[in-house]
Amino acid sequence: MNLNRRWIEKGMQWGLFLTAFASISVLVMIAFFLFTEGLPIFKKVSLKAFLFGQYWYPTADPTDFGIFPLIVASLAVTLLSALIAVPLGVMTAIYLAEVASFRVREIVKPVVEMLAALPSVVIGFFGMVVMAPLLQNTFELATGLNLFNAALMLAFMAVPTICSISEDAIYSVPNNLREASLALGATHWETIIRVVLPASISGISTAVILGMSRSIGETMVVLMVAGGSAMVPAALFDPVRPMPASIAAEMAEAPFRGDHYHALFATGMVLFGFTLLFNIIADIIANKYRQVGEATL
Amino acid sequence: MNIRNQSTTIMAPESEVLYKMQAKDLSFFYNGSQALHTIHLAFLPRQVVALIGPSGCGKSTFLRCLNRMNDLIPNTRATGELLLDGRNIYSPQVDVVNLRSRIGMVFQKPNPFPKSIFENVAYGLRVKGIKDKGRIVERVEKTLQQAALWEEVKDRLHDSALGLSGGQQQRLCIARALAVEPEVLLMDEPCSALDPIATQKIEELIHELKDQYTIIIVTHNMQQAARVSAMTAFFYMGRLIEVEETDTLFTRPRLKQTEDYITGRFG
Repeated sequence: MNLNRRWIEKGMQWGLFLTAFASISVLVMIAFFLFTEGLPIFKKVSLKAFLFGQYWYPTADPTDFGIFPLIVASLAVTLLSALIAVPLGVMTAIYLAEVASFRVREIVKPVVEMLAALPSVVIGFFGMVVMAPLLQNTFELATGLNLFNAALMLAFMAVPTICSISEDAIYSVPNNLREASLALGATHWETIIRVVLPASISGISTAVILGMSRSIGETMVVLMVAGGSAMVPAALFDPVRPMPASIAAEMAEAPFRGDHYHALFATGMVLFGFTLLFNIIADIIANKYRQVGEATL
Repeated sequence: MNIRNQSTTIMAPESEVLYKMQAKDLSFFYNGSQALHTIHLAFLPRQVVALIGPSGCGKSTFLRCLNRMNDLIPNTRATGELLLDGRNIYSPQVDVVNLRSRIGMVFQKPNPFPKSIFENVAYGLRVKGIKDKGRIVERVEKTLQQAALWEEVKDRLHDSALGLSGGQQQRLCIARALAVEPEVLLMDEPCSALDPIATQKIEELIHELKDQYTIIIVTHNMQQAARVSAMTAFFYMGRLIEVEETDTLFTRPRLKQTEDYITGRFG
């Protein structure tokens, strides 16, 4: 009986360890695969020429494998979408957590979160069919499929993440801090700005960075609405070709284990580096400005 | 150390304006259920009044009416009058923000902001719109001294307030409340989360402060009520049962209910 129980304990421990190990090993295997397929390109071009090369002509003769325009496109699209999504998401979160009545919160929050349930291809469709002609006609552009359109669509996708996580962070600020502030003669607004937001800044930062890391890796939307031109954008309405769009568009036509194929995998490595960086930053911020008081996130 | 009350101020019923605060027929409702029943209670300036009674008797609810903290709870309603210097604080013209800067509050659990010690005390001044740096520094030092915390924190004013001990945090919260120069100080079981030594320090502090402030303290600890207050009010089931000079209430209570409570027969 006692022995039996000990076996069950041991079995549990090992079972759980193996499950945890499985997901980690998948990550390691994918990273390994990415690197073995990507690294060979550096026999052809130097790392510097690859990262900072201005021209991406993988099928021309002679070929050019400079992904600088793709990196800039990815960063530009992500930053611009953050500029739109962060104020929208954080302010919605403040409204829901601090201002809205309980009933409004219970209705609006799930609806905002439902935005996240929209498949990215549907958002891409919307950008192509509704937003692109609108932009093209309003601003008399050559094409409505451009950096701004892509950033706007990505912002729609990032808002639910940013809003939902920020709202949790703001809502979990202990009520006794709000009371302390109000009892000192602060207004509701001053309390939000001076106490509640500083106390929840770690959660909000995490929300922003997770939202952005989702944007930079998002493929379908940028493939459909970014315009696809592999040039460093000079203006808000220039068509661009972010890294994921480039990989998705070209992988099917790249000869297996050819230079182009390896270059696309190397692009994937760079993208992986960016998302990893975002996640590490999110982690550092969450640890550095750990939420204090009774509630922690 | 003997920190019993020597001076006992007697309530003077003839003039209303003499009172710092006065509840008249005050009733309070949560979601339609009545938590306070027509309370009549008056507070003289610069006097400590203790509110005692078993849990749920309404003493904290009453205290939170005094600075309209209960406004924050949805579906609540107060009827009757609560006068501050003869003016009803529940009248619609009253600016609640201004009211709360005149009536400071110290809470049951120390609740310093996750900011530096300095910024905690300066907070009330900043929201009042005081920008003069020198004035803020001066006021912070003065209030920390008043709260008997200055010597312990003067070398680490810019460290987080959360690094202080519970008792220090509570004295910081008192300093924070005093910084905005309130006229009345409400204390909601300020020592319930503290050890006996920290409690003693807070009680000494209350003795220091009573010369300048009208203090109303809710406490579960009857010895504490006896030690710090001049008047004691006994609440039970949302009603004010008896209010008397503290010495009298604890030695010769008029009512059986009060006697049963203070002798520990219930509560």
